[in-house]
Amino acid sequence: MPETGVHQDIHQEVQDDVHDVGREADGLANRRFEKVNEILEKYECDRAALISILQEVQDEYRYLPKEILTYVATALGLPPAKVYGVATFYAQFSLEPQGKYVIRACDGTACHVRGSQPVLRAICNKLKLKDGERTTRDLMFTVETVSCLGACGLAPVVMINDKIYGQMTPEKVTKVLDDIIKAERRRGEVQ
Amino acid sequence: MINGKKIIVDGQAVPLDGEENLLEVIRKAGINLPTFCYHSELSVYGACRMCLVEVEGGGLVAACSTPPRDGMVIRTNTERVRRLRRIIIELLLANHNRDCTTCEKSGACKLQDLAMQLGVREVRLGQRDVRLPVDKSSPAVVRDPNKCILCGDCVRMCEEVQGIGVLDFAFRGSRVVVTPAFNKNMAEVDCVNCGQCAAVCPTGALVVKSEVDEAWKAIHDPKKTVIAQIAPAVRVAVGEAFGMPPGEIATGKIVAALRRIGFDKVFDTCFAADLTVMEETAEFTERLAKGERLPQFTSCCPAWVKFAEQYYPGLVPNISTCRSPQQMFGSVAKKFYARSLGIKPEDLFVISVMPCTAKKFEARRPEFNTGGVRDVDLVLTTQEVTRMIKESGISFEELEVDSFDAPFGFASGAGIIFGVTGGVAEAVLRAAYEKLTGKALSDVNFVEVRGMKSLKEATVEAGGREIRLAVVNGLGAARDLLDKIMRGEASYDLVEVMACPGGCVGGGGQPVPNTREAREKRGRGLYAADKLVQLRKSQDNPVVTSLYGKWLDEPNGKEAHKALHTAYSSRRRISGEDIELTGQPGAGPGAGTAEDGRCDGRVSKVDVAVCVGTSCYLRGAYNVLQNLIDEVGRAGLSDRVNLHATFCFERCDKGPSVSVNGRVITGVTPDKAGWVVENFIRPQAAGSQSSPSSSSSVDSAMRR
Repeated sequence: MPETGVHQDIHQEVQDDVHDVGREADGLANRRFEKVNEILEKYECDRAALISILQEVQDEYRYLPKEILTYVATALGLPPAKVYGVATFYAQFSLEPQGKYVIRACDGTACHVRGSQPVLRAICNKLKLKDGERTTRDLMFTVETVSCLGACGLAPVVMINDKIYGQMTPEKVTKVLDDIIKAERRRGEVQ
Repeated sequence: MINGKKIIVDGQAVPLDGEENLLEVIRKAGINLPTFCYHSELSVYGACRMCLVEVEGGGLVAACSTPPRDGMVIRTNTERVRRLRRIIIELLLANHNRDCTTCEKSGACKLQDLAMQLGVREVRLGQRDVRLPVDKSSPAVVRDPNKCILCGDCVRMCEEVQGIGVLDFAFRGSRVVVTPAFNKNMAEVDCVNCGQCAAVCPTGALVVKSEVDEAWKAIHDPKKTVIAQIAPAVRVAVGEAFGMPPGEIATGKIVAALRRIGFDKVFDTCFAADLTVMEETAEFTERLAKGERLPQFTSCCPAWVKFAEQYYPGLVPNISTCRSPQQMFGSVAKKFYARSLGIKPEDLFVISVMPCTAKKFEARRPEFNTGGVRDVDLVLTTQEVTRMIKESGISFEELEVDSFDAPFGFASGAGIIFGVTGGVAEAVLRAAYEKLTGKALSDVNFVEVRGMKSLKEATVEAGGREIRLAVVNGLGAARDLLDKIMRGEASYDLVEVMACPGGCVGGGGQPVPNTREAREKRGRGLYAADKLVQLRKSQDNPVVTSLYGKWLDEPNGKEAHKALHTAYSSRRRISGEDIELTGQPGAGPGAGTAEDGRCDGRVSKVDVAVCVGTSCYLRGAYNVLQNLIDEVGRAGLSDRVNLHATFCFERCDKGPSVSVNGRVITGVTPDKAGWVVENFIRPQAAGSQSSPSSSSSVDSAMRR
């Protein structure tokens, strides 16, 4: 078994990660909605602050739900079509629910030549994502490919939420995902 | 004023006269530069690049967005400019569904025109393979994004002139589309069906929804007696498709054409407008005497009525309860005329010929029916009736004129001017003056309310008091005026609103180009028609008088109310989902586990929804929501309640509104949250197995 030091670190990181995300997600839906109102108040419902407002709302919900966009349009006195236009213009905004874990698999030149494609395939196989599907049914994982994460020395690289996992292989990345899934299951049992 | 400044256009000196952009100067010089996105009534957008010209020492510029400077030397027809124009057209065509032969806009399409004019005979690029769905949901317009060239004319028309903003650009780069919010259908958003987007669309991306086939079907059905009513603004525009200038009165020709097509009777909506004047004047003088629900707003324009229902629920009681002339005609036809013919209302088929796309929506409003049969079965716009005339091969130019049928073909001049901004107000004034003073009106012309300005104000002295009038056209201008009225900065007795620029003469169903110039000429045509008739006042129309004698009793009386009036209510703007707050698993973390908790066999939860639509939001709905969460918690009912925020129970005038298991409670100010919990939520939670109350029931916290 090629159980290396690197791998154990990964295991620990996953534990911490699950813990962090879990704490942040404990709030109920009304807490989030309360937060939307705080954001609107903070910007005094200023139309010019629409992008900042959408950014903060997305931080709360991990995506921009349509009904919340309608609500923001109402509060700002803007046509919903205008808010929709802004939200769809920028790549940073997502109107589809994102998984709890957003996996960004790098497919830039360095990662590509060092085998990022098999890594990506392993991720999709593990998560049972078919062609064109980005997010798992249980809203646990979203998979994206990106062009560079600036960590070419560790190629191939995968980023899960804010953590970088370097020198990935199909086996290693499957192990990382297994750990996350196991930790999530434990968390579910505690609840 | 000539100030001595000039520019040189293709070698000719052209004086500058305060023009804001090069395009206007160049067009003044007699060179018709091509454009898609430039409209003198809309803001400058500079997107289509068709108006590129070469400026000596300045390279290529878009003429529409370049201010003229003294001494500029412009060339509009260099080889480079002509080559670029063709390439732009080619690029637009590459992205455009080129099924021209079957397109509604064929023959009136600006893209088709310019491709022809600029000599584009080949598109060297392949056709786009993506096909987006066509939106046929609206009763007024059809939106085909595959024909959109992204000029943004509709976006700016809806936002700048109509003050709504139904359509906007979404997405980015090659994926850009013009679409309603969240890619919804037009019928699911706050579109008022005015059709101005289709009137400015240079291609077939937005067109009037055609109901020509349904009309033919009715005409060919031997069981149906098919009658037409023709709106005033149609007669001064229908000739445009047959080479007549805008504003030329073609009443006799269109009557003759419809008769040849196979209509059994052809009547005049202006007659119904006379009826509207009688009702609206009686209502107005009554309100004036009582000093209540003033200003009275006119109700003839269905786009305006829907606009008010959506955005100004507080002013809805001020709208005249009169049905529009179209619907008064339909009601009289189905209730009385059918009876006099000895046929059932469903065998009488009423087709309106209108300048308006919103009339298609109005005719479908559920309140306008007789025993479950629609009062107006079908609405054809001027554009559609033109197509029917062409389809039947009638040579319109050579038609002998014909006159309307009796009895509903007889109208006064007051009824005729209903089709232009200021006309309804003037018609009502002609009647109200005589009613208030008891004297005959010698000069029937109230010229202060005429003209194409978006807002006109006038004060008329009658019967010892002043009547203050405002006449507004274009919903953006209407919004400004309404906001002023709401803030108490303006005060009137009567306000006429028409949604389209220039009034019905500029309706969304009129022939294109629907320019300011065309609208002005059509308006003048109606005033000329008014002068040509002997009777200028609705109250002098003998057919109207006999209708009251026979069936309707007296204006604004009981019988008249049943047949000729209606009621309005607040209206939801956008369809969509609620914001889940408690009791439901959020679409997010822990979703999988929370689901188990939902199905633990407990009794069903009480469903509580708080409206956070604009009206309720402005009245503190958010605080109601917060207080409800707190009070529900305090009452120990948190796990028994499903709380969510929703958009609109259509009780906007009485908000904030809360619904408990489908029962709407209005007037729930934040301090009444506890009251709602004790009187509505707790009883429901205690007996939640009991049957839920009917969804139509309404309670008001205000009654307490």
